[in-house]
Amino acid sequence: MPKLVVDGREIEVPAGVTVLQACEAAGVEVPRFCYHERLSIAGNCRMCLVEMEKSPKPIASCAMPAADGMVIRTDSPMAKKARKGVMEFLLINHPLDCPICDQGGECDLQDQAMAYGFDRSRYIENKRAVEDKEFGPLVKTSMTRCIHCTRCIRFATEVAGVEDLGATGRGEHMEVGTYVEKALASEMSGNIIDLCPVGALTSKPYAFTARPWELRKTESVDVMDAVGSNIRIDARGNEVMRVLPRLNEDINEEWISDKTRFACDGLKRQRLDRPYVRRGGKLVEATWPEAFGAIAEAMKGKSGESIAAIVGDQCDAESMVALKDLVAQLDSPNIDCRQDRAKLDASCRAGYVFNTTIAGIEAADVALLIGTDPRREAAIVNTRLRKRHRMGGFAVGVIGPHIDLTYKYDYLGGGGQTLVELANGRHAFAERLKAAKRPMLILGQGALARPDGAAVLGVARKLAESFGMVRGADHAAGAWNGFNVLHTAAARVGGLDLGLVPGPKGRDVAGILDGAEAGDIKVVFLLAADEINTKRLGEAFVIYQGHHGDSGAQRADVILPGAAYTEKNGTYVNTEGRVQHGYAAISPPGDAREDWKILRALSERLGFKPAYNSLKQVRARLIEISPTFGRPDAIVPSAWGQFGQAQSPVQPQPFLSPVVNFYMTDPIGRASVTMAKCTQAFVLKPAGKTGTDG
Amino acid sequence: MLRDSDRVFTNLYGQADWRLNGARARGDWDGTKDLIAKGRDWMVEQVKASGLRGRGGAGFPTGLKWTFMPKQPTGRPHYLVVNADEGEPGTCKDRDILRHDPHKFLEGCLLASFAMGAGTCYIYIRGEFYAEASNMQVAIDEAYAAGLIGKNACGSGFDCDIHLHRGAGAYICGEEMALIESLEGKKGQPRLKPPFPAAMGLYGCPTTVNNVETIAVVPAILRRGGAWFAGIGRPKNSGTKIFCISGHVNKPCNVEEEMGIPMRELIDRHAGGVRGGWDNLLAVIPGGSSVPVLPKSICDTVLMDFDALRDVQSGLGTAAVIVMDKSTDIVRAIARLSKFYKHESCGQCTPCREGTGWMWRVMERLVRGDARIDEIGALEEVTRQVEGHTICALGDAAAWPIQGLIRHFRPELERRIHARAAAGAARAAE
Repeated sequence: MPKLVVDGREIEVPAGVTVLQACEAAGVEVPRFCYHERLSIAGNCRMCLVEMEKSPKPIASCAMPAADGMVIRTDSPMAKKARKGVMEFLLINHPLDCPICDQGGECDLQDQAMAYGFDRSRYIENKRAVEDKEFGPLVKTSMTRCIHCTRCIRFATEVAGVEDLGATGRGEHMEVGTYVEKALASEMSGNIIDLCPVGALTSKPYAFTARPWELRKTESVDVMDAVGSNIRIDARGNEVMRVLPRLNEDINEEWISDKTRFACDGLKRQRLDRPYVRRGGKLVEATWPEAFGAIAEAMKGKSGESIAAIVGDQCDAESMVALKDLVAQLDSPNIDCRQDRAKLDASCRAGYVFNTTIAGIEAADVALLIGTDPRREAAIVNTRLRKRHRMGGFAVGVIGPHIDLTYKYDYLGGGGQTLVELANGRHAFAERLKAAKRPMLILGQGALARPDGAAVLGVARKLAESFGMVRGADHAAGAWNGFNVLHTAAARVGGLDLGLVPGPKGRDVAGILDGAEAGDIKVVFLLAADEINTKRLGEAFVIYQGHHGDSGAQRADVILPGAAYTEKNGTYVNTEGRVQHGYAAISPPGDAREDWKILRALSERLGFKPAYNSLKQVRARLIEISPTFGRPDAIVPSAWGQFGQAQSPVQPQPFLSPVVNFYMTDPIGRASVTMAKCTQAFVLKPAGKTGTDG
Repeated sequence: MLRDSDRVFTNLYGQADWRLNGARARGDWDGTKDLIAKGRDWMVEQVKASGLRGRGGAGFPTGLKWTFMPKQPTGRPHYLVVNADEGEPGTCKDRDILRHDPHKFLEGCLLASFAMGAGTCYIYIRGEFYAEASNMQVAIDEAYAAGLIGKNACGSGFDCDIHLHRGAGAYICGEEMALIESLEGKKGQPRLKPPFPAAMGLYGCPTTVNNVETIAVVPAILRRGGAWFAGIGRPKNSGTKIFCISGHVNKPCNVEEEMGIPMRELIDRHAGGVRGGWDNLLAVIPGGSSVPVLPKSICDTVLMDFDALRDVQSGLGTAAVIVMDKSTDIVRAIARLSKFYKHESCGQCTPCREGTGWMWRVMERLVRGDARIDEIGALEEVTRQVEGHTICALGDAAAWPIQGLIRHFRPELERRIHARAAAGAARAAE
């Protein structure tokens, strides 16, 4: 542990840290532009120059390893002069167009110019101007402002794994860009907006809409995928202006995917802001009592078996438990939260969560991906896999779609056959798994959401057990659980934790649809469930509670307007089984209400009185059903057990990822203009773009 | 005055055969096996004893540099990279070695590789040097065919492959770290130090980068002993050196001379004197474009070696003596150098990227006198803000010529400003 002196204060730091980190540890702030903890060191901005004893020149503290006996001065004339000089150089060719720059108010250059710069310019020559680059629908460029810190280049190359960005030209003419114009084909591209210390890269959808000091910031949790990325929702008035990442080392570090960041404009379109009742084949606006009355009317005299409920992918646990209780009161066993018909077993928690945890990926040495495309299903998990890949000594095998995951992998095969071969040790990759110290597998919904899903789950369990992926009863020292299910729906693990699966003799999603089509199911309650084939609901009376006028609402006979994730205090359980609380940033539009409150009011109208009247009481009910809800933000290890059906045959058909279009997997994304533009740019291959086209 | 018997580069002017037979006739590749047999440590000791300092410009002691390489095999390849990317304006010494004495240099590559345990040697040659690269490749092929390099080089049991790599004409690729980056196939941008190349250089392996002339004198040092080399010139500034004399002299030339020869003697004896006589001398840039210019008053007496020139706030650099007589527009000359550095800055780090352009623009105005007097001071300050604050030495190289100009020719700068102001006032009065 090297000991060094920073500004006269002796400090001991862990070996391997840089002088800059040592200064931070000593409580001394060192200005910087190019340095970023999660990127490689470039050392090119020269803002972090400090004086080191015995060195005739100031040193770049971000790049210099801290060594024993160093004497560092950050406040000496030499360091100050260096800093001031660099600041002046950065500003001479910077346009200083802060009044019209979106970065204004949260700009590193602005802040540091205030702290370290001159109060006037000595530069009387013409300033450099740089042509703006077209980076696609998400990132707006204003390259004249670029200070060439290369953070964006390093992020794209290292973290996102797309070598799209680079610097062309030399000296003053150096420009950051893609050389041949192209949109950044990465589902993580929005992060370069946060990384850019100046206003060269800003958010295109957010351009010129708000100033940071006007925004109300709410820390919350994302529901666009099952990762549960930690986010900050910036709102002005009752409008979500943007979504930014929030640091959480265990989940998303400080990145978020483009869907998480940019889908928020979908919150303003296609919203259900008042109840509707279908009259004469047309949905007409109604009041809450009218809507509830219509439901009570439809329910009258219906037996429990003829009532069913399907839970959507973005629901909070509070609304799910309220629905569960309501359905139970109605004596119906027909409830299911697995819209995609994944054959998940709710009886054993270890069988449906990501046991290794996202951060735990970094400890693994071999990963087997089964029927999953993590890049599109959970971009943050894929980023962590890539991070592990970059550390070296990491083998990845893929059974399923053959796709670019941004890191190298061994393609083992497309479908169930390969999985069975591997489980029986008859595949070459089995040796890799056997030799591994901490092997893990990731089972995607593409492998589970098919008729033989239960068999796949069983084979995967067998595989995990036979290759030593599950060791130790719980996460004590040396214990390891490499069995992971990667979910695509934010509500799924919470739903399974709450037991939102068919009761004895109950119908699952497929059964409900069959029953509705056959006329056995008379009333279907869709809690924000839009990913089913609504044409198969037959003559059933459909109640849709949700926030967007998507496919479910179109079919509905009664619409109950609910709240989106930015508008309610909700509990979500991510794919790891981590319970997290989201907070309302704004209030729901119009007559819409928080979902659990709607269900509670409806229950009362139908003659049942739930035992909860407040959020606190609902959460107590959650804990009553599953104690994990009482441990927010923590990982509660799950005991290993029996799940799946290893005996039944696995079909040889290839596993397909459920996510075809990364940008549109939910009602919010489908309502978002930005996501539509991304779909246009990245998913639908531009057809006929030739020299003679248009 | 260097005795002919002490001359290392006996075919500097290309009057004799440059190919293997000619080189052998001049004594190259003679007993190379025996030299290798004396061992690595002996070689490093000899080079240390010779006092040889790097001929690429910085003048770092070569023997010391070699000791930074791992003594024992590390399991990774070790590399010797020879910097033949001679791009410093005014410098043309390596070029003559490469085209007229390639075997002397190749033998040096082999011996230096052995001394550092490097199994592979890369010669990074400037892209513009077409004929030189061509001769060099012929020489390498000859040496391979004769068993002098490659497997069991010279029958010594030491395996050493030598590869020639042509650059693409960027000045910055002559900086050792940028050269390594370029050799790896990346954009030529200097890397941060530490880690130093001896720890992590080419492809992350221990690497030493040496100049062509440095490597080319190694065989002579090993044959004749370090003490012989140390006996030439002054202490700490020993040996022979190729000087490239250009500019306003009667006979511009490359000449091998003793280190520490007085500048005036060097110019008068070898270059036929300054055009119009010594008294017509205005200034000399003694070591290639990046070192500060010296006015005649200093040139009268200064000696040509590292320490003597450092003492007059200039440097030996690559020993490219650029002579300017009184017909020279000294401000314009330095402004041209500023333009060069602005053009060649890699753009990676801030002070150099932004500073070189700023300095050049101010210099262009100073040429016309289109500036305020206080801008001279501001310019000086800008050069200080660039100097020492960059990743590589290009920032320093861009700053020094301007510092030299302001130090010695400030009256000329002020005269131009006043003259222009006066002319403007006169026009206004009309």
